[in-house]
Formats: sequence, C-alpha cells, structure tokens
Amino acid sequence: MSGEQFLQYIFAGITVGSIYAFVAIGYNIIYNTTGIINFAQGEFVMLGGMIAYTFSGFMPLLPAIVSAVLITALVGGIIENVFIRRMRKTSVMGMIVITIGISILLREAALYIWDEQIRALSFFTGSEVSSVNIFGARISPQVLWVLGVTVVIVSGLFFFLKYTLTGQAMRACSENPRAAKLCGIRTDKMVNLSFMLSAGIGALGGCVVSPLTQTHYAMGSDLAIKGFTVAILGGLGNPIAAVAAGLLLGLIEAFSISILPMAFKDVIAIVILLVILVAKPSGLFGSSQASSLKDY
Amino acid sequence: MKKIGTVLLIIGLFASSVFAAGQNDEGTIKVGAILAVTGGASFLGAPEAKTIEMVVEDINAAGGVNGKMIELIIKDSAANPEKAISFAKQLIEEDNVIAIVGPSTSGETMQIKDLCQSYKVPLVSCAAAEAIVDPVASYVFKTPQKDNYVAEWIYTTMNSMGIKKIGVIAANTGFGNAGKGQLEKYAPDFGIEIVIAETYDKASTDLTALLTKVKAQNVEAVVNWSIVPAQSIVPKNMKQLGMEVPLFQSHGFGNIKYVEAAGEAAEGIIFPAGRLLIAEKLADNDPQKKNLVAYKSAYETKYNEAVSTFGGHAYDAIMLVIEAAGNAKTLDRAGIRDALEAISGFPGTGGIFNFTPSDHNGLGMDSLEMLIVKNGQFDRLK
Repeated sequence: MSGEQFLQYIFAGITVGSIYAFVAIGYNIIYNTTGIINFAQGEFVMLGGMIAYTFSGFMPLLPAIVSAVLITALVGGIIENVFIRRMRKTSVMGMIVITIGISILLREAALYIWDEQIRALSFFTGSEVSSVNIFGARISPQVLWVLGVTVVIVSGLFFFLKYTLTGQAMRACSENPRAAKLCGIRTDKMVNLSFMLSAGIGALGGCVVSPLTQTHYAMGSDLAIKGFTVAILGGLGNPIAAVAAGLLLGLIEAFSISILPMAFKDVIAIVILLVILVAKPSGLFGSSQASSLKDY
Repeated sequence: MKKIGTVLLIIGLFASSVFAAGQNDEGTIKVGAILAVTGGASFLGAPEAKTIEMVVEDINAAGGVNGKMIELIIKDSAANPEKAISFAKQLIEEDNVIAIVGPSTSGETMQIKDLCQSYKVPLVSCAAAEAIVDPVASYVFKTPQKDNYVAEWIYTTMNSMGIKKIGVIAANTGFGNAGKGQLEKYAPDFGIEIVIAETYDKASTDLTALLTKVKAQNVEAVVNWSIVPAQSIVPKNMKQLGMEVPLFQSHGFGNIKYVEAAGEAAEGIIFPAGRLLIAEKLADNDPQKKNLVAYKSAYETKYNEAVSTFGGHAYDAIMLVIEAAGNAKTLDRAGIRDALEAISGFPGTGGIFNFTPSDHNGLGMDSLEMLIVKNGQFDRLK
C-alpha cells in the first residue's frame, strides 16, 4: 500500500467515523441526565438535514441551518414533555420501546411532510467535485467542516458540563436525581434541556454531513444503530469517548475494506464490539465504577 | 332444516362472489396493485402508485373501459415480501381483483409469482429481474427491460470506447446482486476484464474507502449497480478522490432527482434507460413519442415533480391491463390473461411491447438507449 493510499484510507475512516460520533454524542447527553438510551437520535439528524434543505430554498445557508437546529431542538423538547416525562416511571426496557416508537413516529411524519425523495444540502465551501489535496491524498472540504464542527461541539460540551452551573446541574441529575432535586435543582427542566441539546446537536450534525451523505426520511435508523454501537464502544456517558470510539470504528472499517471484501466490514465492527463488551463491559474509555451504578 | 338452508345460503353467497371475480354488481373492473409506496424502495413505489392513480382517474373520467369503470385497490407493501404475499392473497380472495399490478421489487414479485400462477390471476410486475419471466409462468408478465440488456448495452458502449479493464461495485440488494451477476456473466463475451468486483452495504453513506481500493487497481471505467442513495454518492466520492475514469450506472439511475443529488459530480455519467427520460428529444415519427410526452406532461403537471422511469414501468403495467380488458373476449381473469398475451406493437414508456406465449416481457434490446448526463440533463450518448 502506498503512502497516499494509506492516507486516503485514514481520511475515509475519519469521515465515516465523525458521522458516527455525531450520533453517539447525542446518545450520551441524554443518557447522562436520564439513563435513557434515546433510539430516536438518528431521526434528529434526519430532521436537521431535511429542515435545513427546505429552508435553504428561500434563505442563505447559515440562517437555514440555525433555524433547522432551533426547530429540531424544539421538537426534542416537545417529545420529552409529551412522551418521556409522563413515562419516566417505566422500566429501562419500557423506555427503549418508547424511544423506538418515537423514532417510527418521526420517520413517518417526515415521509408525510417531505415524501420519499433523497435530498442533499449544498456544499458549504466548494462543490461536489472539489477536493483538498493533502500529501497526495484527497479529501472533500466538507469533511473538514464535519471535523471542525465536531471539535467545536465536543469542546463546547465539555466546557458546558464541567464549568457552567447548568451543566453541573445536568450532571447532578444523572448521578442522583433525588439528591439533585433536594438541592433545589429542577430535574424536569434539566431533562428537558438535555433532550433539546441532543436534538439540536443531532440536527447540526445532520446539516453538516448532508452534502456528503444526503438526507432521506428513513436514514435515521441506520445511523441510530451505528451511533449506538459507537456509544457503547466508547463507554456510555462520555462525549469525548464517543468521538474517539467513532473515529476508531471508522478507521477500523476503512482499513478492513483495504484488505478484505467490503462485505466483511460490519462483521468486523460487530466482532470488535462483542469482544469489548465481554472483556470490558464499560466500554473502551468508560469507568467500570460509573457503569456499575447505572441500571442499564 | 333451517341450518342446512343457512349453510346453502352461505355457500351460495361464497360461490357467487367467486364467479364474479373482478366484477361486482355495478360492473366495475377491479384491479389490485401492490407497490412499495413507503420504506426502502419508496423511490420506486411512490411514483408508481401516483402514476397508477392518475391513469385510472383519467380513464374513468373519459368513460372507463367499454363503459365500465375501473376500481383500483392499492396496497403498500413497503418492499416487504411477507406483506406482499398477504396482500396478494387478500386481493385475490377477498377483493376478487381481475389482475394485479406490481410489486415494485423483484424479491416481492418472485415471492408471489407462484401464488398468482396457482390462483390463475394475471400479474403484471413493475420489477426488473429476468427470473420473473424466465421460466415463463402463463399468468405472470413484467414491464421493465431485462437486466441482461442493461449489461450488454454497457459492454457494447465500453467496446466502442476501447475500455478493457473495469471495476464493478454493487449494493447488497437483490437488484445489485442480480446486476453484478449479469455483468460477470457477459464480460467475457465482450472481451472485458473485471479486475475488481465489490459489494457494499445499501445504506452506505460514504464510499471513499471502497473507491480508493478500486482506484488502486488502475481500472479504465467503474460500473456501479445500485439504487439510492449510493448512486449519487459514488459519483461524488469518485470526483473527490480525483478518479477521472468514466462511471457507468444501471438503469436504476433513471430519475433526474439523482442527478440533482449528485450535482456537478453527475456530469458524464453513462447509463442505459428507456426513452421516457429524453421524450422531448425524440424524433416526431418515433412510435413511442406521443405516449411518452403525454405521460410525462400529465405526471409533471399533476404532481409537480420530475417523471422517472419507475413510474413509467407502472404506467406500462396499468395501460397493458386496461388494453387487455378492452380487448378481452370474456372479462374475467383468464380472459385478461389471454388478451395480455395477444398484445403486440403496444407503445409503452419502456419500449414497444410484443408479448408471445414464450416472452412475457415483450421488449427487445432496442427498448433501451445509452444516455449521458450533460449540463445536469439527460441526453443521448453519441
């Protein structure tokens, strides 16, 4: 394998991996405050891309994306208010069924609103055919956008959860909701906020990856599965671990393609996931102490 | 005594409903359709369902077939073979349809082929696989051109362009696998060497890793045989990797939306398709032109979206059933079947249909043409 080719596989892995990471970050935010795995996360990504596409028809790209993120965040908040809050007393299994139900609901609504056609937001810089040459390997400028936005979101999230009062309150809710409530934290509000935040981040991800991957009403479930795999691989509850695990899985997949037929790609990913779950159930970067406290 | 009377009455009712297959008291012609309106194959089923609804509306508004209205029952299978089977049974046994149009995908069609044959219900499929009409089942027909024509057209074009070493990539769907099989089967006949053949996941959203592998083989052309979304992603990824070789795609690329989704990267894509996509560019004496332009403008005005070859396949299917119903000696399932098989010289969107007892597709190689994307539009490859 030449150096150029090697680099090309790395870029391919990073591209796919950062898309997985985007979904996994959303899982983590909600899991952090509620202990719920929200299987509708992939639908937030879809909604972001779809809404931004519609708005970009009559306004510039940036306001279209901002509106898409805000609207999707609102949808996330409404979903929490209407479905999750009323069901919080059910079991973990019950919660999973509810979020899967929500994902089906959102998917069908999207089919009704936008029909079955595939759509793609225009490239932020350059076009479909432009590429940046890095040491002989080529990469779409959009991938740099995806990476940049991922870095901004992860560092922003890290800062928010660690240093702001709201962020600390959100973390408190996940550690011990009852104690948090006794301390005067409005846990309901925090849970609502976490849904809005993860929906908004999912939507932003949907906008940034849309030129590369295109947006389709049914794209959510595939993303949800890969994102979930990555979230588990990294260790639930840690957004930075999600990004690391996403990139790792993307790279593994890209290099597996280079030596094996592509059909084996997903098998390898699943085998690695199983091995890690058996050997280190808390995930690659999660602490076993923290995971034993969760009822997941 | 009373009990026996009731039983006889029920049997009588049941029997009369069976004999009335496809025709009820008001004298309507009942036609069933099983289409993947939603789900993974909705890009096929949605335009198909819209087309059939439009055609039936127009025919009924114009007085129906020999004075009889058509009653259309559309079932959404979401491309699920199990659903297709139960809908087929429902249409045959409960709704007593006279013929079934669809399903949209080859997998579903193969699942209900034997069912329709054993119940003796004419089936006009909108799916492409050759296996639907080979071996011939007397009640099963199909409207899209055969896969092997597509493969042969691609290779003929490559021969004229002097291309010898190619890479083949296909999605892991029934459609992709069948296409890959046809390409591998016919390559030696045309002196073409497939140096790399790969299958990828149908939901893939980035294929740069796969294409890097293909690029390293120094191929002279790439053939991609897939459906959405990959068929618009492959051209983008190829351009981003700086691959300058021509890209050939299958007839599954026959929708201008896919060109829009691939944007500038779509320029120069070569693929075989029926003439619907270039209807306006055909010569005025072309036997298909009148129907093609009529369907295209009716569909685009009514639904405000570009026409696709898939809707065209459904247009052909329902029009063939209507034509058969108009010609049938007896307006029952067997009569429709006989009338279908006797159709010849019928100008559809997919080509001129000439059904015979041994050919239930009825289209020749000339039903397809090689098209190229030029300035964001479909054009003839010259």
